[in-house]
Amino acid sequence: MVDGMSDFAIETTGLVKVFGEHRAVDGVDLQVASGGVYGVLGPNGAGKTTVIRMLATLLKPDGGSARVLGHDVVTESQKVRSRVAMTGQFASLDEDLTGLENLVMLAKLYGFRGSAARDRADQLLDAFDLTEAGTKQVKSYSGGMRRRIDIAGSIVVRPDLMFLDEPTTGLDPRSRNQVWDIVRALVGAGTTVLLTTQYLDEADQLADRIAVIDRGKVIAEGTTGELKASVGTGALRVRVADPAERDRAATLLAESLGGEPVIEKDPYALSLNVTSPGEVPGALVRVREHGVDITEFSLGQPSLDEVFLALTGEHVSDVESTDTEVPA
Amino acid sequence: MTTTPNAPAPKSSSTASMDAKVREAVGSAERPDPVGPLGSSLIFTHRALLKIKHVPEQLFDVTMFPILFTLMFTYIFGGAIAGSTGQYLEYLAPGILVQTVVMITMYTAMTINNDIKKGVFDRIRSLPVWRPSLMVGALLGDTLRYTMASVVILVVTMAIGYRPPGGVMGVVAAVVLLLVFCFSVSWIWTLLGMKLRSPESVMGVSMMVLFPLTFLSNVFVPIDTMPSWLQPAVEHNPVSILVDAVRSLMVGDAHGGSILQVLVISGVLVAVFGPLTMRAYSRKN
Repeated sequence: MVDGMSDFAIETTGLVKVFGEHRAVDGVDLQVASGGVYGVLGPNGAGKTTVIRMLATLLKPDGGSARVLGHDVVTESQKVRSRVAMTGQFASLDEDLTGLENLVMLAKLYGFRGSAARDRADQLLDAFDLTEAGTKQVKSYSGGMRRRIDIAGSIVVRPDLMFLDEPTTGLDPRSRNQVWDIVRALVGAGTTVLLTTQYLDEADQLADRIAVIDRGKVIAEGTTGELKASVGTGALRVRVADPAERDRAATLLAESLGGEPVIEKDPYALSLNVTSPGEVPGALVRVREHGVDITEFSLGQPSLDEVFLALTGEHVSDVESTDTEVPA
Repeated sequence: MTTTPNAPAPKSSSTASMDAKVREAVGSAERPDPVGPLGSSLIFTHRALLKIKHVPEQLFDVTMFPILFTLMFTYIFGGAIAGSTGQYLEYLAPGILVQTVVMITMYTAMTINNDIKKGVFDRIRSLPVWRPSLMVGALLGDTLRYTMASVVILVVTMAIGYRPPGGVMGVVAAVVLLLVFCFSVSWIWTLLGMKLRSPESVMGVSMMVLFPLTFLSNVFVPIDTMPSWLQPAVEHNPVSILVDAVRSLMVGDAHGGSILQVLVISGVLVAVFGPLTMRAYSRKN
């Protein structure tokens, strides 16, 4: 940690942002350690982007306080700006210009002079596999290329902290993997990354710790393991060969795994929430041994929907508890 | 999100080499001394010029509209208004020059509004550079566009017979004065560009402002031909004052009073709308 002001890359207390009547961010407390990836998970409109924009000094908080790399985002915004970078949900480069022109412009703005700016831009294009596309206008880029050029633009000078706002929303799987690789490389080079996402899967792949945000509030915080433990591993989906055997399969699986089987609209299919995935193979074998043919099965990760249901459901049913922290 | 199987997604073949290159590129980033206010402004001016190179269509609006206006007014109304097209052209040329360039100042607002929508604005605001440089740079780039438009109008009017009595010096002085005024007016547009929601509303509002300003003026006809109740308004219209000053320079009979008034109006515009723009810029949600 630089400056020795705080052990955290980001520390917010009671952060609030109000748009008209709407409390977009309603008292967010975050503590993000230096190094690694911190995930902020939540559905559309949960307030993720608003939090990031306040931390990146693009928006003034209406309440509470936030320190980024030891500097207050309101009173020391210039100091924060010189050490963070932000990549928004949309490619924030000039679409009329080529990728190369954009990067050269950013390199010059960061203080690279003359040929040094060009060299830096070329190096970044090469690193992000965009050399060929460099001479084309950004508006002709695919979604994955846009995201890469955008991230390249954010690391012209290595930021100590990088905000990535939904970096893979709308990308195909291959481009998504490339972005994930880039994020890991950034972390490997010593940058702390704060990433927002709608996908639990993505947070799981990248983040060391996760905060789940809903309606402007943090409803859970912890490691991915802690979060998932609170939700269960996800649903086991099974399709049987004969619809007449479905009920028997459901009973057998419920006996082995516990939980309530869900009969789906598809007459061959059923699903079951699983808490101990290690017992799934045994349970499936047992169904087979009882003469029920299974044609397909899958064990899914809990979706964000399920996480939400679990987290908010718990909160609603458990009236005694005011603590929404995920149990470790 | 639907439930997905736990199988890892296939990795791209370029991943390994890309990872190493990205690490190297990130790690090698030195931190040069930041660029100064003038430097960063000029970088944004350069950006405006690159945009003209890539989107030359934006110059069509700037050139075709005034060419059509010049030809239409000269040949269709010229005879009726001034007795002959040649005489009218002498009166009209400086006016149409002013009208054209004042009209295209509104593209400043469109550009800024677009930058906000596309996120370019956020990126630039999160850079550690002198904050007004985006505006100053863009306005300097716009000033170059205004110069091009001025040249087009002068070439067209001279091609159909206009000979400015003020000579080269008079014309250059007139254009410089016009650019000073338009640079100052552009600060109104930077503010509007930030406050309004969409390029369409920017277009609407600027038309509502610009049409009365340029038509309720002495661009096309002398003020004393208008009804007496209208004359005071037209006389005090800044565009009329500007046309007076430009016309006097191009005729070769510099009218100090109106030139001074134009400079004062320009100064006031920058002094009022410059700070308002910067305030909106740093508070923009």
